[in-house]
Amino acid sequence: MQMRGSLPSSPNAAPYGNTGKIMSDKKFDTTEVIFEYCRELFEDIDFTAAREWKDKKAERKVVGYMPVYVPREIIHAGGMMALGVLGGGENMEVIHGDAYYQSYICRIPRSTIELSITGRLDFVDAMLFPSICDVIRNLSGMWKLMKPETYVRYFDVPQNYRDDLGGVYYVNELKELRSGLEEMGGVRITDEALRRSIAVYNENRQLVNAVYDFRARTPWKAPSPEVYLLMRAGMVLPVEEHSELMRAYLAAAEAQERPMRDNCRIVLQGSFCEQPPLNLVKSIEMAGCYIVDDDFMLVTRWLLDDVPLAGDPLENLSAAFLHHSVETAAKYEPVAAEKGKFLINMVRSRAAEGVIFAAPSFCDPALLDRPMLANAIDKENIPNIAFKYAENSGQMQPIREQAGAFADSIKLWSGI
Amino acid sequence: MDCFIGIDLGSTTTKAMILDENLGTLGKGITNSRSNYETATSVAKQEAVISARLTLFQRELEARGLDNIGGDVFLDRLEQSFRLEQFLEQLEDLHQTCFNYISGPRVAGMEKPISETLSETIRRIATEAAKMYEPGARRKSDFFRDIAGSRFMDIGEKLCKQAKLPFDILLNIYDKSIIEVENRPPSGDLQRKFEAALDRVAPVMLPVAARLEEIRQALLAALGIVINEVYVVGTGYGRVTLPFPKEHIRSEILCHGLGAHMMYPGTRTVLDIGGQDTKGIQIDDAGIVENFQMNDRCAAGCGRYLGYIADEMNMGVHELGPLALKAKKKVRINSTCTVFAGAELRDRLALGEERSDILGGLHRAIVLRAMSIISRSGGISNEFTFTGGVANNLSAVRELKKLVVENYGDMTINIDPNSIYTGALGAAAFARRSANGEN
Amino acid sequence: MKKTAPREAIKELSMLKQKEMIASNYEKLTSAPQTGARVVSTYVPGNLNELIMCFDMLNNLPEINAIQNGMRKKSGGMILEAEKRGHSEDVCTYVKSDIGYMAKGAIAPNGKPLPSPDLLLLSYTGCFTFMKWFELLRDEYGCETVMLQVPYEGDGKVSKNMRDYVVKQLKQEVIPALERVSGVKFDIDRLRENLARSAKAEDDFVWIMQSAKNTPSPIDAYFGGVYYIGPIFTAFRGTEDAIDYYKLLRGEIEQRIALGKGPITPEGDLGEEKYRLVVEGPPNWTSFRDFWKMFYDEGAVVVASTYTKVGGVYDYDGFRHDPSRPLESLAEYCLGCYTNRNLPERVKMIETYMDEYNADGFLTNSIKSCNSFSAGQLLMMREIEKRTGKPAAFVESDLVDPRYFSASNIKNRLESYFQMIDQKRRAGGSTRAA
Repeated sequence: MQMRGSLPSSPNAAPYGNTGKIMSDKKFDTTEVIFEYCRELFEDIDFTAAREWKDKKAERKVVGYMPVYVPREIIHAGGMMALGVLGGGENMEVIHGDAYYQSYICRIPRSTIELSITGRLDFVDAMLFPSICDVIRNLSGMWKLMKPETYVRYFDVPQNYRDDLGGVYYVNELKELRSGLEEMGGVRITDEALRRSIAVYNENRQLVNAVYDFRARTPWKAPSPEVYLLMRAGMVLPVEEHSELMRAYLAAAEAQERPMRDNCRIVLQGSFCEQPPLNLVKSIEMAGCYIVDDDFMLVTRWLLDDVPLAGDPLENLSAAFLHHSVETAAKYEPVAAEKGKFLINMVRSRAAEGVIFAAPSFCDPALLDRPMLANAIDKENIPNIAFKYAENSGQMQPIREQAGAFADSIKLWSGI
Repeated sequence: MDCFIGIDLGSTTTKAMILDENLGTLGKGITNSRSNYETATSVAKQEAVISARLTLFQRELEARGLDNIGGDVFLDRLEQSFRLEQFLEQLEDLHQTCFNYISGPRVAGMEKPISETLSETIRRIATEAAKMYEPGARRKSDFFRDIAGSRFMDIGEKLCKQAKLPFDILLNIYDKSIIEVENRPPSGDLQRKFEAALDRVAPVMLPVAARLEEIRQALLAALGIVINEVYVVGTGYGRVTLPFPKEHIRSEILCHGLGAHMMYPGTRTVLDIGGQDTKGIQIDDAGIVENFQMNDRCAAGCGRYLGYIADEMNMGVHELGPLALKAKKKVRINSTCTVFAGAELRDRLALGEERSDILGGLHRAIVLRAMSIISRSGGISNEFTFTGGVANNLSAVRELKKLVVENYGDMTINIDPNSIYTGALGAAAFARRSANGEN
Repeated sequence: MKKTAPREAIKELSMLKQKEMIASNYEKLTSAPQTGARVVSTYVPGNLNELIMCFDMLNNLPEINAIQNGMRKKSGGMILEAEKRGHSEDVCTYVKSDIGYMAKGAIAPNGKPLPSPDLLLLSYTGCFTFMKWFELLRDEYGCETVMLQVPYEGDGKVSKNMRDYVVKQLKQEVIPALERVSGVKFDIDRLRENLARSAKAEDDFVWIMQSAKNTPSPIDAYFGGVYYIGPIFTAFRGTEDAIDYYKLLRGEIEQRIALGKGPITPEGDLGEEKYRLVVEGPPNWTSFRDFWKMFYDEGAVVVASTYTKVGGVYDYDGFRHDPSRPLESLAEYCLGCYTNRNLPERVKMIETYMDEYNADGFLTNSIKSCNSFSAGQLLMMREIEKRTGKPAAFVESDLVDPRYFSASNIKNRLESYFQMIDQKRRAGGSTRAA
């Protein structure tokens, strides 16, 4: 093993090359082109873009992560690419993955195992399993058993938000992650590199928020299937490239005139882990509901503000997690009265008229949280409905019907 | 002669297998399981005895150098003819049983026309029956209830209309009677029926007619052999209620494993898709079970699922496979849940998908489930045998073959036309072992 | 009230003793409004009974209530009640049974209502659902709450960071909350005394569980085991009662060994011991007796089980509560609970049991409610088969939802499994076992 002192420091500035498609190519100037590109990335369960990135230099490493949050800044600072693994989606046939799970367990772990068994993740050097539920937690151990050569880490986070308790614990966990990645990648992850990466992700987050703000302002100009796939692209592209893509999208979408429909405005809640089929997102919008906020791919917006660049970068990441991050089912809410406030604020700030709870079947965190959230928004007279899906749900008719009826009831109600 | 019997009491059909001392197949029989397992067992066993008598008859013919006369065609005709006799016997039983139910306030005053219509219905079914049992004729089912039932509906309704009688009265009488008849095994008088069958066949087969008496002697000799049931082993879904003591019961897993081994000694992996469950079984070179997995609580992807689909599409189960083979386009069906099957189906149809394409997708979905169970049991590393009712479905077989090659490479895949008897065969072999004090 | 009494099961002195202990605890709990005793509600895994006793508080465990209701066949209706109130059919039935229980007045087995807790203490150990359950309970009671996060052993070991984090939470969050609610000042010497008593009972407890290494095993370490873990997993750890109970039980088992007897079943002593099994996963409670019968009717004895490690692992790596390191050992206790260990560790533990207890096979009872146990069990099973060469089987049920216990399905599998073991044995060791 190499001694730590002799490790090369991580390449500086943007350590990433990119696929070159976006920055050099002027053709990303319409929403159609961007959408098509995002769709290609979305449907490519071989992760070609990430493979291409890795193949450009021998020392490059790819670090896979599952929902819902990992500090991608640390991975990036090691000159590595963070690859979001969100299951196999609706088009993947799961054979061996089903052999590992009982019928009462959600689908994302089985299709993720199928991805692995079919060799689609063979280029991934490390896998991080965030603290989201017992299924993903246990998947970390399964990965250890099945892929002993891969660096596998269960990424635990504090559920106590005091700096002197959860904070201290979390900073040490971040240090462990950093040294684990250093050893795996044969690199040194310096504070300097971390600050640069924090800046890169700050920028990315600003752009993500800009896209969300843009959609909330003018939802007809940024249809949810487009925004969804744009964010999905961020799972499989180098972050700099994703930022460029969002910039291009914002410009193109702004410039494009599209018809405004008489839709109601809803917030979608509960889809933070296993993703619904794209058709579900489309169906909701076609049924008369503009999605003006959601909790898809929370990793991109987990932290609510910029992470400060000055000072200790790990302390800063920790403080951001403890004090400026989303409320979601995977996190403990220490103050009873605060439960649901985040969602209520989201509804208010987005001027949404209702909430659709759409959770994956058998998703413990989402389904256990839902009655409490529903209770909280009921008290605020925010209309809501709920249904379940799986990443490969084939039946959209009930979804269309429910969402359509919901939209009608909201319009009727607001018309009085 | 000593023989060993295996009974496989499945959720939809009950199978019986009779082996001789050398583990040679003497006879096999099948019937629908009904709600009465005891009757199902006895009927299946009787069917197997009939088939055993035919085997013994054939052996007698061989022993007497008569086996060239008429050959297989003769035996086949004889069997069909025998079945016709049996059918007519049961039909008459149905007739008489129905008479007993022509009473009560609902039929008051209509006894006579109802009796006449009933008799005429039965008469017409009997007339038609001869055609059903002609060589080469295809029947939808071999079970009395199915054949008699569907004809009774058609003919009875027509005749009631003509006689201006409410059909539901007749139907009600039939419904009550059929349960009784079905649960009354056919009479055991094999000799009469066999002789009647022989007399029916002889006139149309000249070589047989020429040596009829010799052949009759052979038949009587075959029927005269005492079949000594040394040991019976029961297995299958309903085996808990089998009318046997515990030591006569073996698990269906073990029986399927051993049965498949006997059919194909090179088999190492067995897949059985039955009505209620799907089993993946790994066996060693002696047919001993090394590992097994079954579908979990829900019956998703089992034979019963196909039944639901057939009902939903208003088709017969056996018609699904052929239509699925006509699929031109891949349709992905994601739910093998019987509860959702109907909804997803209607959704697809509403989207304008072709029935054949949807069925193609459904068959693939079922086979994908089965592939997962195989994977769970340890995968396929050598010769592979597919058994159970779904093994007769060509579309399922085609998908399975494709997926086996894709996932495990080129493997020998065995599918026996008699695969439905696999469990009963294994059970009979266990009967033989138990009789010898082995296990 | 007299029912058409089932045949009186044979009761040993230890059983009567435990029955008394449980009854008196429920009596204490239900009379708390009169006596003024303070009640803390907390979960079994990682429960801090020794600490709670330092504040003269009573310990009420929601899972135990759910189990009680399951065994009394009352949980089904409670679950339906919770589902009626918007809880998904997909989620944990302990939670739903508990919610339905509260909705129906939370009547304890002694027929009196359980008081609302004065403090909710979430020892968030080895189960994500606890956290959500806790939030739901908090909604219901609106009392003071405190959370103790116990990090998961993702790498299969306790790091200093984890231990420090738990100890600091004990000092800065849990103890202050207990002091506040009880009005009693924390006395670490009292804690030491409680811990010393725990360790004493734990020694006998481990001896009892390890008695299953004998052939025939004098105990059933799953169906009997769930009774044996009772005191040490719940409100009695750290009490003299627990010490007495385990001493009594140990004496009885010593006698069984001397007489060459097998385990006690509800229908008397087990006859011939035909199969020795290691079992993974919790039992089903609604059909507990029926499930057990499927084993003892076939001569199957469970010689080791993981469920009996869910409220603390004492045998595998020799953990004992340690009066000389009071808070540290409480932290290590929480961190070491079975479902807080990662899958490779769980596999290793089971493999060790298979060897040390000379087991013929490995059985998983996979519980729909409990992903903490269940997710990954099929891989664990495969690993155990591979490592030990012993046959494994898999059945599925649920904790307290009677809808998820299919007797014929489970019986079918178990019988096939036992016959498979038989067949392999008769084939003359075609098993690959060493």
